[in-house]
Amino acid sequence: MEIGLGHYLTLSAILLTLGIFGIFLNRKNVIVILMSVELMLLAVNINLVAFSTFLNDLVGQVFALFILTVAAGEAAIGLAILVVYFRNRGTIAVEDIHHMKG
Amino acid sequence: MIIASLAFYLFAAITVASAFMVIASKNPVHSVLFLILAFFNSAALFVLLGAEFLAMILVVVYVGAVAVLFLFVVMMLDINFSELRQGFLQYLPIGALIGLILMVELILVVGGWTLSPEALELSAAPVAEMSDKTNTEQLGGLLYTKYVYLFQAAGMILLVAMIGAIVLTHRQRPGVKKQVIAEQVYRRPEDAMQVRKVEPGQGV
Repeated sequence: MEIGLGHYLTLSAILLTLGIFGIFLNRKNVIVILMSVELMLLAVNINLVAFSTFLNDLVGQVFALFILTVAAGEAAIGLAILVVYFRNRGTIAVEDIHHMKG
Repeated sequence: MIIASLAFYLFAAITVASAFMVIASKNPVHSVLFLILAFFNSAALFVLLGAEFLAMILVVVYVGAVAVLFLFVVMMLDINFSELRQGFLQYLPIGALIGLILMVELILVVGGWTLSPEALELSAAPVAEMSDKTNTEQLGGLLYTKYVYLFQAAGMILLVAMIGAIVLTHRQRPGVKKQVIAEQVYRRPEDAMQVRKVEPGQGV
């Protein structure tokens, strides 16, 4: 059976759903939430590369490269904020983070 | 062709299974390790799709940098992760419901999706068919000419991320002894040495 665009789109849909499911499932653990966000970005990348291949257009891969860049920066900044927060408060439980709520 | 199909199903199955283990495993260290497995298998899928350069970048950037960063942070923070898992089952139904709805929607979109014949002629940068240029060469040719400003912008984003991470996590602790070279250079023998006359039979 030939592997078409639909197979890759289904795979990335499953990955994206798993990422969103992970955010709901691990609502207290910021680290796992960040990992779920990485999974969702990976799903988007698979989508872009699949479209790029099956439509014969290289721009999709260029776009995937930029998404990779932004994902790396986002992970670095997010984890830095997490480390600073842990240093100040001694916990990373999500429900304790409500300082800026009025 | 059958081998390519089998390879796709193998890599896709491992990717989905390890993605599930990322969100379901009890220990965050295991989550990170499963994340690495998922990234590796996605890189293999990219190779199947003919995007070798992105596959290698995925391995280098995600596995080499992001996943190791996650691993460092998980191991550095002294957190009782079992406490954070409380209420895991409480959120399960609503999460499963929303996930299911999203899944059905996405499958409906993918199932009802068709490509118009004109769309293929509108591609902005068609892949050169049967050319001897590799994927990396083609991508570089596009990235350094047509998208060079975006490329520079990506570099700026990385620079800002680097500076931000350093500024956020850098701290100056009080009471840490540091070498001050200027003071060492300006130190004179008179400040440092004393000549004492020691009497015989007595200490200093």
